[in-house]
Amino acid sequence: MNDHVPALRLEGIVKTFPGVRALDDVSFNVMPGEVHALMGENGAGKSTLMKVLGGIYAPDAGRIYIAEEPTEMTSPIHAKAKGVVFIHQELSLADELTVAENIFLGELPRKSLGRVDWRKLFAETDAILKTLNVGFNARTRVGDLSIANQQMVEIARALTVDPRAVIFDEPTASLTDAEKSVLFEVIADLKSRGVGIIYISHRMEEIFKITDRISVLRDGQYRGTLETAKTNEEEVTHLMIGRTLDLSRNASHHEMGDVALEVRGLSCGDLFEDVSFKVRRGEVVGFYGLVGAGRTEIAETIFGLRDPSAGSILLDGEEVRITSPQDAIRRGISLVPEDRKAQGLVLGMNCRDNITLPQVDDMTAGPFVSDGAEVAIFDLYRDKLDIRTPGWRQTVGNLSGGNQQKIVIGKWLSMHPSVLIVDEPTRGIDVGSKSEIHNLIRDLAAQGYAVIVISSEMPEVLHVSDRIVAMYSGRIMREFTSEEVTEDSLIQAISGLTGDKVA
Amino acid sequence: MNSDTRATLIKQGAIWAFIAVELAFFSIAGEFLAVTDQAFMDFDNMLLLLKQSAPIGIIALGMTIVMINGNIDLSVGATYALAAIVLLDSMTWPIFAGLGDWVIPVSWALALLTGTVLGAVNGLIVWKTGVDAFIVTLGAMLGYRGLVFMYNGEQPTSHLNWTLVDFAEAQFLGLHTATWFLLGTALVLWLVMTKTVHGRNAYAIGNNREAAVNAGIRVGPHFLINFMLIGFLAALSAVVFYSESGSVNPNDGMLFELWAITAVVLGGTKLMGGYGSIVATLGGVIAIQLLRKGLGHIGAGTETVNLVIGLILIAVLFLDRQLNRRGREALKI
Repeated sequence: MNDHVPALRLEGIVKTFPGVRALDDVSFNVMPGEVHALMGENGAGKSTLMKVLGGIYAPDAGRIYIAEEPTEMTSPIHAKAKGVVFIHQELSLADELTVAENIFLGELPRKSLGRVDWRKLFAETDAILKTLNVGFNARTRVGDLSIANQQMVEIARALTVDPRAVIFDEPTASLTDAEKSVLFEVIADLKSRGVGIIYISHRMEEIFKITDRISVLRDGQYRGTLETAKTNEEEVTHLMIGRTLDLSRNASHHEMGDVALEVRGLSCGDLFEDVSFKVRRGEVVGFYGLVGAGRTEIAETIFGLRDPSAGSILLDGEEVRITSPQDAIRRGISLVPEDRKAQGLVLGMNCRDNITLPQVDDMTAGPFVSDGAEVAIFDLYRDKLDIRTPGWRQTVGNLSGGNQQKIVIGKWLSMHPSVLIVDEPTRGIDVGSKSEIHNLIRDLAAQGYAVIVISSEMPEVLHVSDRIVAMYSGRIMREFTSEEVTEDSLIQAISGLTGDKVA
Repeated sequence: MNSDTRATLIKQGAIWAFIAVELAFFSIAGEFLAVTDQAFMDFDNMLLLLKQSAPIGIIALGMTIVMINGNIDLSVGATYALAAIVLLDSMTWPIFAGLGDWVIPVSWALALLTGTVLGAVNGLIVWKTGVDAFIVTLGAMLGYRGLVFMYNGEQPTSHLNWTLVDFAEAQFLGLHTATWFLLGTALVLWLVMTKTVHGRNAYAIGNNREAAVNAGIRVGPHFLINFMLIGFLAALSAVVFYSESGSVNPNDGMLFELWAITAVVLGGTKLMGGYGSIVATLGGVIAIQLLRKGLGHIGAGTETVNLVIGLILIAVLFLDRQLNRRGREALKI
């Protein structure tokens, strides 16, 4: 393969939808053996570009070249045949089938009379799996694999065609750190085989760790390509959002009030054990740890979605038993859940109805819900949180991620909670909205809310928290104040490397 | 007005546009093909159409709520038959012999109570066991029909009370008694679904059950209420119809659940819940009845009617899918 010919080149791609110029003259190229990051806020046009590349959308203008050969993509299958393969964020695997069947789905090796050649199928699959160095084999049922391993199956599927370019779309969204490093090894291996890689991610840390060049899109326009080694986060962010962003350590100091929430020796089966902590009014406590460390489960227990097997929860110094979400809400606890689309919002409903959902019981005039009272609440929180929507009738499913998250937060603020738990406040949200949400969380604490933030992103935890609780495998390993915490000590604590619990 | 609102309006108006097309078609086709001299759009004919829509219509309105809530009820036909038997048989019970015509409200109450209790049984099982409503009410459909046959074997249950027949055949402001029940039910349920907390929560639960739970909504009680409601309405439908006919066969009400679901789906309510409208279901009910009457008017037999309705149902859902696809993102299968 000629190293000076781009594996994949896009030239002047234009795609318009009614009323929107989704892609406006976008050009960039990926060299063989290069990891090329594609960055941009949500709505910048990354997904549209990938759909053009995968043949799902036909571009209005522009060309796609594979090894300098002009190519028209007509479908994802066609793209794959041309050596362009996608590893999607949302995995599309058949749980009940074996790894081998999933990998060769649609192109199972056959014998006469349409019978499947199982021996060949399993042998070929095991050969591919061997190059990936994974701990499962061709006959494993996909449903029994972890998310990370399922992703490996997707990657293995890509390798059945000897790809020229592989596109990873937010591949690390649900991976633990250990799983991430396995993924990065695989990417490095692909790279060494001369495959061009497009890596789409919001996570700066990863981008700077594994990519060679970074191309940035903003509002459907190509904003430039930077060499990773010669740039920094600020420059990239500036290109993405057109301004600089404060992602420094939390340094604000305001008055803290009394302890609003205290948890003593709380356990729940083998999900988490002997967890104790306090949250004061006016304080943000960050919970940091790997996926599966038990952070979300603690939040769910406090919110009454799970029954604890031991321990106690105290609100304002008084022991309480919380048996259901209604109970938790009545006592002033609110939970902004991890997955806003699946757990936080009724996507088919309008903005107003979503915000008033938990309190609509109390907003009746006679037998009917009072429209005026509801609109008043919506207006109040739209202004307070700067929710950008054409009006309260807008269906929530049509809003951007950042505005959706503000709707969820507005919903809970309108209940006037004393304890607000926010699980992964900025997952899947673009950089600009991210900092808005961070400022909002800081403001809420300043107004006297006791806030718990659960996050898997270290910069986020460092940025918003007054105190950080590090968890590993269902236990609290260590608590840090924002002054004493260092990235190294935090990573050690959440990897279980500190061994003993240090107070 | 933003495009969202406009799209919603177009969707909810579609069923009425379809009705208008049907009316126009059958009026014109009727000129050439009609088996009678009567015009199709004859006023009395239209009034009769509304009356004939009532039995399935009342059930379909209840089905709309259950489906918006994310469930389904396949047992309504059997509930309908059982309530009818209780209605007619209880009027002959010796203990009520001294009541004279006062037996009518008593029998009505008993029939409605029967429907509500059967609905409550469905609702409680769905709530407490977590088994899918489709399975629970499929079982109930067989079980309740079994009760119907246990009651009187293969024999019809009959009793005519002339006061009751007079009431059922009466016309008030031109509309028949059954039509008033249909429209009254529609009005009440429309208010429930658009203006009350219960309606709001039913939509929320159907659209995203987990988010509803996280917002502190108790899902089970809403399920229970809706199943009791549709049980009550199945019985109400029986009360309205059998007050007039006075005789119930053990096979009566079979396939009512499917006709009701057809009307609901034709009206645009989604099978998976969270989206739908009472008014549109009323449109769906009228559209089906129009098709039946209209095809009869131009001389088609029942078998043709069923074939045409089946084809139209599929065509409508296909159109709906085409209109709702955004770009070409939908999967090609």
